[in-house]
Amino acid sequence: MRRLNMEKFEPKIISFLCNWCSYTGADLAGTSRMKYAHNIRIIRVMCSGRVDPTFVLKSFREGADGVLICGCHPGDCHYHEGNYKCMRRVEFLKRYIKQMGIDERRIRLEWISASEGKQFAALADEMREQIASLGPCRVRKVIENVS
Amino acid sequence: MEKGKKAKKEKLKLAIYWGAACGGCCVSVLDVHERLLEIVASADLVFWPLALDIKYKDVEEMPDGFIDVCLFNGAIRNSENELMAVLLRQKSKILVAYGSCAHMGGIPGLANFHDRDSIFERVYMDTESTINPEKITPRPRFEIPEGELELPAFYNDVLTLGSIACVDYYIPGCPPESERLMEVFRAIVSGAELPYKESVIGALDKSQCDECKRTKTDNKSVKKFYRPWEIEDDGETCFLEQGVLCMGPATRGGCGVRCIEGNAPCRGCYGPPPDVTDPGAKMMSAIATMVDSNDPEEINMILNSIEDIAGTFYRFSLPASILRRKVMEETNVD
Repeated sequence: MRRLNMEKFEPKIISFLCNWCSYTGADLAGTSRMKYAHNIRIIRVMCSGRVDPTFVLKSFREGADGVLICGCHPGDCHYHEGNYKCMRRVEFLKRYIKQMGIDERRIRLEWISASEGKQFAALADEMREQIASLGPCRVRKVIENVS
Repeated sequence: MEKGKKAKKEKLKLAIYWGAACGGCCVSVLDVHERLLEIVASADLVFWPLALDIKYKDVEEMPDGFIDVCLFNGAIRNSENELMAVLLRQKSKILVAYGSCAHMGGIPGLANFHDRDSIFERVYMDTESTINPEKITPRPRFEIPEGELELPAFYNDVLTLGSIACVDYYIPGCPPESERLMEVFRAIVSGAELPYKESVIGALDKSQCDECKRTKTDNKSVKKFYRPWEIEDDGETCFLEQGVLCMGPATRGGCGVRCIEGNAPCRGCYGPPPDVTDPGAKMMSAIATMVDSNDPEEINMILNSIEDIAGTFYRFSLPASILRRKVMEETNVD
């Protein structure tokens, strides 16, 4: 029964893409008509440094199974070091969610440049596989049970 | 002239109750010292288990809205806390969540890192001083020859007062600064216009850093974090710049920076400033910018010097945070 459910499970993945590199990269994947996992729900932000830890936690609370953050490659940030700040925040978040009983692999940070449409499509598929193998995230259910 | 006016005016009816609390909030009311006379001059205490002998049924018999102001301290941990919170909400014109526990869950809220089963296991079976071969744990109902005994049911989660009753005002702090309580009390007595409902009163809108007198520079960069006992504090430089975690940036001012004046970093009991939903997330965001490295390995090493991220950043606010509790492997979720 459980296996059957697992096979049906399509994860919800919230993805924060930076305006200057990663969103353009995802756009390239789209305009080049590349196929990639439909599980990725893209939210465009000006910079990966704009991704407040609150956004990530809220995604889980609202029922996301995984969060993917993409920014410019190190050294390429439009705002010089927004992506480095994001890198440190993600490191914090991973440790925090681990303590809260959530698998840290549910958060992922990757660098996608504006020309890496192919890489973005591959990443989306890979992320889908990874989250599907982890199964549904129980945060939302647990919170509903609390109140 | 004014005295005569006051005498004619009916006295305020004041109630103070505790949920899951340590008792410190009740003591903080006594900490107003001789000004207690001022309180008693313009208010009657109608319910306060710490000081008066009044039973549940006396409260139940009060007409709705009988109490003018009720200071409720403590979190909601069991069915008795919830029952009384709902009852006092009904009987009070103004319900105040008094102190960190009622406001955000406080220290008892840290129990949300566990669940009922694991807490019972630890408390009634495992502790070094426990001898309980029959594995007896508290039960809400128990039959004895003389009849049935009843105990409050222990909840799986710690809740804030605001999550089970409509709260008019929040007075934060662990415990709230007595001076702030007097200000709020005087405002109520004088009939001054109160702030909008559900707001935090008795605290500032600005952060601790705004009140803190330590020397601060814009360039905060940390290579290693220390626990307060690991370094010799110079007594002048910002704690964060010395690498000691201080919750100041994500905490409201208003307490008079008591801890920092006493050379201890802020622990965040006053809760987040307005518009911040999750103090821990804000703090993680702020601290991350201070980590002085762009190399993943080194960042890892620097973060390893922080002992307990969740416990430090959510020390007083876990039940009010976005995630609210730890996801247990076997939490009672279907």
